[in-house]
Amino acid sequence: MAEVQGGGGEGGKKGGKVRSKKTSTRIDMTPMVDLAFLLLTFFVLTSTLSKPKTMEITLPEKPKEGDKQPEVNEKKVLTLVLGSNDKVYWYVGITEPEAKREDFSKNGIRKVLLEKKGEIRDMIVLIKAMDNSKYKNFVEILDEMSICNIQRYAIVDITPADKEIVKQAKL
Amino acid sequence: MSKVKMHRASPSIDMTPMVDLAFLLVTFFMLTATARPDEPVEVSTPTSVSEMPIPERDVITITISKDNTVFFNVDGQPTRERLLAEMGKLYNISFTQEQTDVFKVLTTFGLPIQTLPQFLELSREERKEVKQPGIPVDSLNNQLKDWVLQTRLANPRVRIAIKGDGDAGYPVLKKVINTLVDRKVNRFNLITGTEEMPAEMKAAHTPAKKPS
Repeated sequence: MAEVQGGGGEGGKKGGKVRSKKTSTRIDMTPMVDLAFLLLTFFVLTSTLSKPKTMEITLPEKPKEGDKQPEVNEKKVLTLVLGSNDKVYWYVGITEPEAKREDFSKNGIRKVLLEKKGEIRDMIVLIKAMDNSKYKNFVEILDEMSICNIQRYAIVDITPADKEIVKQAKL
Repeated sequence: MSKVKMHRASPSIDMTPMVDLAFLLVTFFMLTATARPDEPVEVSTPTSVSEMPIPERDVITITISKDNTVFFNVDGQPTRERLLAEMGKLYNISFTQEQTDVFKVLTTFGLPIQTLPQFLELSREERKEVKQPGIPVDSLNNQLKDWVLQTRLANPRVRIAIKGDGDAGYPVLKKVINTLVDRKVNRFNLITGTEEMPAEMKAAHTPAKKPS
């Protein structure tokens, strides 16, 4: 540790031969270092490492009465239904579709999305969340949209017909 | 043994560079650190690959906790002051100057406005103990609607961010979103953590565009 060292070599010429003791210019830095590192540790531990990011979503305005809803070709529609327990059900088309179940892993719904994106031109994805799905799933599916670079998607309320289709897929 | 004196290296080393470095780092972390405001609930947000930062100022944060309670927060003390005055008028509740001062520095809260004056009377410690029931968002009693509307009147530049816990249910999110869309707020942000874009997807990916 830092210590007090003796006076410099050329000290002690003052006032004849009486040697005055010269105090060292060095000081003991140990407590300061202790404090500095204590503060350092504190700030390192309390500072948040990654700032949270945001995902911007823009929803369409509420349709006014008498507004015509755009019609879409049902063959181009891929419907994703968010279910409970981190499961997602998907089907193509609207008339008598057969729903399949996937999860949110890399080889789950992403594979399906990429595959269908290649198959169907101008694919439109409808996202419907069941009441027992989690917010997490909703964010995950929106995230998959941006990962797979799908630009045409809509967030739609679930219908009883969808629930029926999903129920059959569960069996 | 020879009489050559071995030069003993001093056991003390010069600590100056180390201290310099330590203080440099201390200064850096002090300046970059932002004090974390105390939140009434802990929320663990889901992650996304989105890289858009949250605006620093003029943000309404609507927090949805794990147990589906809704909390509200807006930054800027002048905004908060005006907001509370307007909300008081709307609901026929008068707030004293002391209560307004407390509200100005308060962060996130989740209470029906009727119980807000009582809550503001409590001390800082007592407020932490209170289990906040959340802001009503039902169709019959939707106070969130008024909070958002009045905030936007008080500060037109304000943007809305939803900070939801991953385990929050979708229905409550739907209620919040419907409330916003009813008030013609069609664009808002979902606060998420960061996640790496999968490597195999990176190449095919062009910068994110807004959904049509």
